[in-house]
Amino acid sequence: MKQLEFEGRYSAFWNEMESVLADTSKASALTLSEFPRDYRRVCQHLAMAKSRRYATGLIERLNALVQAGYEVLYGGAFRRRGSIIEFLSFGFPAALRSNGVFIWAAAAVFLLPYVLIMIACMVNDQLIYSVMDASSVRNMESMYDPALRKLGRERQSDSDIMMFGFYIYNNISIAFKCFATGIFLGVGSLFVLFFNGLQIGAVSGHLTALGYSETFYPFVVGHGSFELTAIVFSGAAGLKLGFSLLAPGPYSRRKALQYAAKDAIKIVYGVFVMLLIAAFIEAFWSSSSSLPIAVKYSVGAALWAFVYYYCFFFARTRVAAYHSQYAA
Amino acid sequence: MKLDTVALVETPEGTDLHAEVVGLVPRALAYTLDFLIRMGIIIVLGIVFSFLGKAGEGLYLILFFVLEWWYPVYFEVFRGGQTWGKKSFKIKVVNDDLTPISFGPSLTRNLLRAADFFPAMYVCGCISVLTTSRFQRLGDLAAGTIVIYEEEERYVSHSLDQVSAVAPSYPLTEEQQSAFINFALNRGRMSRDRQTEIAEIIRPRLPLNATDAAKYARGVGKWLLGAR
Repeated sequence: MKQLEFEGRYSAFWNEMESVLADTSKASALTLSEFPRDYRRVCQHLAMAKSRRYATGLIERLNALVQAGYEVLYGGAFRRRGSIIEFLSFGFPAALRSNGVFIWAAAAVFLLPYVLIMIACMVNDQLIYSVMDASSVRNMESMYDPALRKLGRERQSDSDIMMFGFYIYNNISIAFKCFATGIFLGVGSLFVLFFNGLQIGAVSGHLTALGYSETFYPFVVGHGSFELTAIVFSGAAGLKLGFSLLAPGPYSRRKALQYAAKDAIKIVYGVFVMLLIAAFIEAFWSSSSSLPIAVKYSVGAALWAFVYYYCFFFARTRVAAYHSQYAA
Repeated sequence: MKLDTVALVETPEGTDLHAEVVGLVPRALAYTLDFLIRMGIIIVLGIVFSFLGKAGEGLYLILFFVLEWWYPVYFEVFRGGQTWGKKSFKIKVVNDDLTPISFGPSLTRNLLRAADFFPAMYVCGCISVLTTSRFQRLGDLAAGTIVIYEEEERYVSHSLDQVSAVAPSYPLTEEQQSAFINFALNRGRMSRDRQTEIAEIIRPRLPLNATDAAKYARGVGKWLLGAR
């Protein structure tokens, strides 16, 4: 069959398909009735046009039609993956629990420098200057100085909102970068974890040595539960990316990276939510200086307990079931 | 087609779908446009929020965060894989099996911008785009996505209306046939001089009664398409 005859015979059908596919919602509705049959017919026309070497323009037109139909028919299937609440209840813990190795590794890279430099800074009060510059140290010291706190300056609510914005912008960006740079064989994540462990550890040690414990720890205990844990998780997600390139197992490196990213991104969803919560606690709860220290410590302890219970122990059987259902 | 910018995907129906992947320059331009748009929004809202004091500062930082990390995700997932920048260059992001991009891959590729940006000005991303066969940056590799051109301009079959079909005066190979056909159909996209220039190639084999090589080539093309 010559091309013009072929076109003459089917162009009405193609025009109709084109108008149907121009409106995505209409096409989705048609998925139930004759749309799949028509789509397969266009596929067949494209194959014929190619094998008969019809002109490029016609092949392009049919290819565009098949492409649009393909999107309608197969695109939607990948969208629905359960609700957000379902993900937060089971999906996120499942993603964490199936990546325990990376979480342990990330936690070690964060906590070892943290603890070591904390002790070192308590022994040597000059050591802080090798981690932070002098003006930051002064700033931080005045922030937690109990003598200044006693003046009873309660922060205004609008500056709480300002700090909320700052924590979101700053902390979540750090977590995202910590994850993303894991693609460089994990080096980026290791660096961010190590560096943050070093800096936060140094600050804790230095302030403890100065005797500012009563202002510093009540401030950080609440949001630290979500914030520090989330940073470790984002590092773990990054390490997973890097490790997939180092040890791709039975897959090509490209495929291994894609599988790892698919799993790791679930951890990052959770990290995002955790850091939103942390920013909220830090801006509106931790900053309050009128609450008694005992209340802050007990709420802080409850938050830590909640985070660890939720991440590693909550609803074990259902989480495991969720994991096996979606892991495939 | 043996062009190396073509991504082929086999559909479950056994048909090969093809799409043309986008190289570095259009992608960089689209990114630049998006960047300028984002900066514009940030400057305008920065002025607005500056009237709201410290709370405004906080809201501004949240907005900055949203625009930096979520702007492309929103457009890719809900606007057919196209940010405004990509739309103006007629390119879009899709999964590497040419299905529309969904939330997970979109977030993955946009978070990994941080790695592509490293150490500055998207150096790693550019190297990756230039060295991978389907022009993927690191984020694309991890998310399994590609950037493709939107479908070509519509094919016009009545561009041959004023041409009269001419039977070729000598036997043509399959490749020569498709050359004649494509010449006939692509007339609208070429200048008259260029048409003549191309058609002059067959001058030595032109039959005696034909003088205009371009007209003859179009006629043969139409005849080969099946017109008599």
